Amino acid sequence: MEFNEYFILGCSAIGAGLAVIAGIGPGVGQGIAAGHAAAAVGRNPGAKSAITSTMLLGQAVAETTGLYGLLIAFLLLFVKPLVP
Amino acid sequence: MGYSILLSQESNIDFMIKGVFQYSFFGHEVWITTTHVCVLIVMLILIGFSVIAGRVMSRATLVPGGFQNVVELIVEKLDGMVGGTMGKGAPGFYNYIGTIFIFILFSNISGLLGLRPPTADYGTTLALGLITFTLIHVNQFRFQKPKDIWVDMCSPLPPWLPIWFPINLISEIAVPISLSLRLFANILSGTVMMALVYGLLGWIASIWPAALHVYFDLFSGAIQTYVFCMLTMTYISNARGDNQ
Repeated sequence: MEFNEYFILGCSAIGAGLAVIAGIGPGVGQGIAAGHAAAAVGRNPGAKSAITSTMLLGQAVAETTGLYGLLIAFLLLFVKPLVP
Repeated sequence: MGYSILLSQESNIDFMIKGVFQYSFFGHEVWITTTHVCVLIVMLILIGFSVIAGRVMSRATLVPGGFQNVVELIVEKLDGMVGGTMGKGAPGFYNYIGTIFIFILFSNISGLLGLRPPTADYGTTLALGLITFTLIHVNQFRFQKPKDIWVDMCSPLPPWLPIWFPINLISEIAVPISLSLRLFANILSGTVMMALVYGLLGWIASIWPAALHVYFDLFSGAIQTYVFCMLTMTYISNARGDNQ
């Protein structure tokens, strides 16, 4: 069975759309981190700068898994590894 | 056409790395790309800045004024960041961390100057990640005994049962990959989104993309620079065993 280029491109687009679903996890994680940081600032307003930098660091680490999905979507859409 | 986004040679969406100059290196075909040119421009800007800063600081006055103030502020902030994270191991790393901080920051911001950010090329960020990897392990072997390193590598199980050793080895190798991919993917996503906005919307994208530039170039670039430097410092001071 033979597939032409446009069929593979369409399937790559669907795959890219599925790959960015990986963004759900980091979204939830960053929200949890920001919520806990807000609670921590509420308890101890003096440590605001330390809490903010720790929160940003943790959020950026949590973001990595979502970025892997994004990279796969970019690869499928723009590098087109599956198109012969 | 509807599929012109996918077939990028038909559209004017343009964020790819392009070759500028081709030469032969021991029989291999090697390209000087836009990334090299942009790194060179960033380096020239930074070298010019540091030459001027050095000349100003050689005639430093006790009460700083003007440019001297700015240079002192930058150095003070960077040293404060390194000192706050690395503790007593900090004095050896003021120069390195300060240098990569300023370099990555200028690389990320250079999208504002119309360059393609050099950190949106995996070659640049992989090089930075490998430098961090080398630094981690050089410091580990300098400041820890080989026996301690072995115990650490077999960590959840006792050292005579190295079943977890391959898994710990993979987690060590994952450090530079995740560091470099994080920086690369963040900057690349900003570059791609700006290219999509400018390429697809045409004249509609006239003034308001400035707000997007503030987010994607300035905010995201600064955060990722900070994160890269903080993670580098954290890994190095863990490897030195400073926090025991």
